[in-house]
Amino acid sequence: MTIILLIEQVLNGLQFGVMLFLMAAGLTLVFGVMGLINLAHGSLYMVGAFAAAAVAGATGSFLLAMAAALGAAAIAGVIVEMLVIRRLYDRDHLDQVLATFALILIFSEGTRWIFGSFPLYLNIPPYLSGPITLPGDIQYPLYRLVIIGVGLLVAAGLFLLISRTRLGIRIRAGESDREMIAALGVNISVLYTIVFALGAALAGLAGALVGAIQSVQVGMGEPVLILAFVVIVIGGIGSITGALVGSLLVGLTDTLGRTLLPVLFGTFMEASAATTVGAAIASMLIYILMAVVLIFRPTGLYGAR
Amino acid sequence: MMRREQILNGAVLLGLIAVPLWAWSSGEPFIITLATKVAVLGLAGVGLNIALGTGGLVSLGHAAFFGIGGYAMGILASHAQQYVPLFEWPLLVEGTKSMPVIWLVAIVFSGLAALLIGALSLRTSGVYFIMITLAFAQMLYYFAISWPAYGGEDGMAIYVRNSFPGLNTLDPIQFFAITFVILCMTLWFNARLVRSPFGTALAAARQNAERVEAVGIDPYKLRLAAFVISGMITGLAGALFADLNRFVSPTMFGWHLSGELIVFVILGGTGRLLGPVVGAAIFITLEHVLGGISEYWQIFLGVLLLGVVLVARGGVIAVIAGKGVAHD
Repeated sequence: MTIILLIEQVLNGLQFGVMLFLMAAGLTLVFGVMGLINLAHGSLYMVGAFAAAAVAGATGSFLLAMAAALGAAAIAGVIVEMLVIRRLYDRDHLDQVLATFALILIFSEGTRWIFGSFPLYLNIPPYLSGPITLPGDIQYPLYRLVIIGVGLLVAAGLFLLISRTRLGIRIRAGESDREMIAALGVNISVLYTIVFALGAALAGLAGALVGAIQSVQVGMGEPVLILAFVVIVIGGIGSITGALVGSLLVGLTDTLGRTLLPVLFGTFMEASAATTVGAAIASMLIYILMAVVLIFRPTGLYGAR
Repeated sequence: MMRREQILNGAVLLGLIAVPLWAWSSGEPFIITLATKVAVLGLAGVGLNIALGTGGLVSLGHAAFFGIGGYAMGILASHAQQYVPLFEWPLLVEGTKSMPVIWLVAIVFSGLAALLIGALSLRTSGVYFIMITLAFAQMLYYFAISWPAYGGEDGMAIYVRNSFPGLNTLDPIQFFAITFVILCMTLWFNARLVRSPFGTALAAARQNAERVEAVGIDPYKLRLAAFVISGMITGLAGALFADLNRFVSPTMFGWHLSGELIVFVILGGTGRLLGPVVGAAIFITLEHVLGGISEYWQIFLGVLLLGVVLVARGGVIAVIAGKGVAHD
C-alpha cells in the first residue's frame, strides 16, 4: 500500500461522497420541509441519467446532456409532486413509504418499457477524459475531479441559497413552522413544489454525472437511494450540513474500507481469506458506522431533537 | 362489523384450501405452487403485521429475517447434501435435511437478529426507524453477496426438498398442506397474542406511548418483544420459501422484498388478522394474471397501489368488512 494509492482512494471516496451529497441533500430537504419520506428519489436519479444518455446520444453534447438531466428530473419532480406527493404530506409515514414504493415500480417499469432492459452508455467527453497529474506525481482521472468540483460547487450554492436568499428563508421557515408561514401569506404549496423540484434536479444531476462512469440502467437509483438514507440518518434528517458531513463520512468509509480492510486483515491472516473476510466486512462497514452513530446520537450528528 | 370480518376470514382460508385442492384434482401443480407461495408469503406478512399493524413499527427491513430463515435452510441443507459438517470444533455440528430442525434454527437465528436489530433500531422512531431497519437489511444483503462460501451473488440450489416425517414433501399438495397448517397455527397464535395483555399493551403503546409509560409499562421492551416475535415468524416463512423454491439467494434479503411484505399488509388491511394473507393472494394473483398480459405488469401494480393508498384507505378487508378494526 503506497501513499499514492491511498491518496487516490481518498479522492475516490470524496467523489463518491460528493455524489451521495447530491442525492442526500434533496432527500433531507424534502423531509425537513415537508415531512415526507420519499423512496422514489432514486427514480429521479435514474430519470436524470436516462435523459442525459438519450440527449447525449442524439446531440453528442455532454453539457446539453447535463442540462437535460437537470431539466427532466425537475420536470418529473414537479409532475410527481403535483399528482401524488402533494396528497401525502399530511399522511403518516407508512402511506408515504407505500405510495413512493408504488412510484418506483411505475418509474422503473416505465423506463424499461421506453428504453428496454439493456444498459445505455454515456461517454465522458474528450475534454474531460483522461488522467491529470496532480502535485506529487499522482495520476488521477480528470472526470472524477470534475465531479468533486461540481458537487462542492452545488453544496456551496445550496448553503448560499438556504442562508442568503428569500427562498432559503422560506424553506427554513417552512421547516420550523409551516402553518405560520402559510398564515404570513407565503404560498406554501408552490414552495413545496419548488423544494421538491430542486431536490429532484440535484438527484437527476447526480444520476447523469455517475451515469458517465457506470452504465445507465433501470434500478440504478436504488442502491444509491439506500446509501443516501444511511447518509441522512448519520447526518441527522433535515440538516443540509449533516447531509454534507454524512456523505463525506460514508463515501470515505466505504471506499477506504474496501481498500484498506483486506490489507489490514492480511497482516494476520492468510491472503485469500483476508481478501474474502475484508471484502465482506467492508461491504457492511457503513451500516456499522450508522449503528455506532445511532448508539451515541439517536437523531444523527446534526439532528434537531 | 367484527362478525363480517370473521366470516370473511373463514372464507379466505377456505378459498386458500379449495383452490389447491381443485388444482390437485384437475392436475395443475403450478396452481398448487402459487397457493403455497400465497401461504408462505402470507405467513411472512403475518409476521410483519405484528410489528407493523399491532405495534405500529414501520419496518422496511423484514427481508433481513426472511433472508436469515432462507439461509438457515440453505446452509443446513447444503452441508447435509455434501456430507460436510458445519463445525467440528468445539462440537460437531452437521447439516440436516429435516424440516422441523431447519425451522427451529431459522426461528432462533431470525429471533436473535431481530433482537439485535430491534434493540438498536427501537432507540429511534418515525422515519429514522424506517430507514434504519432498511439499512440493516441492506447490510445483510451485501454480506450475503460478498460472502462466497454459500454461493455469494449467485445463491445456491438445494436439489432435493427437505423432508418432513411421514410426508412426501416433493408432492406439491403435501408441501402445501405443511405450509397451510403452519399458517393457520401462526394465525391462531397471532389472534391469541393480539387479545392477550401483551397485545393490548402493544396496541396501546402504538396509540399513545406516554399513557402506557404512565401506567408503568416500558414501551421499548414491549416493542422489542413484538419485533422479535415478528422477526421469528418472518424467518420461519423465509425457510419455507427457500424450501418451496429449493433455492436461496441474496434477493431474499433485498429491499424489494421488504417493500412487498409491507404491500401485502397494507393491501389486505393493516392490523387485520388475515390482511397479509389477502394481500399476498391479491399480489400473487395479479403477478400471475397481469404478468401473462404484459411484461411490464409492475406498472399496473404501481398504479393499483397508489390507488389503494390515495383512495381505498384501510385495505381490501376494510372495503369488504367495514372500517372498524376489531382490536383497536
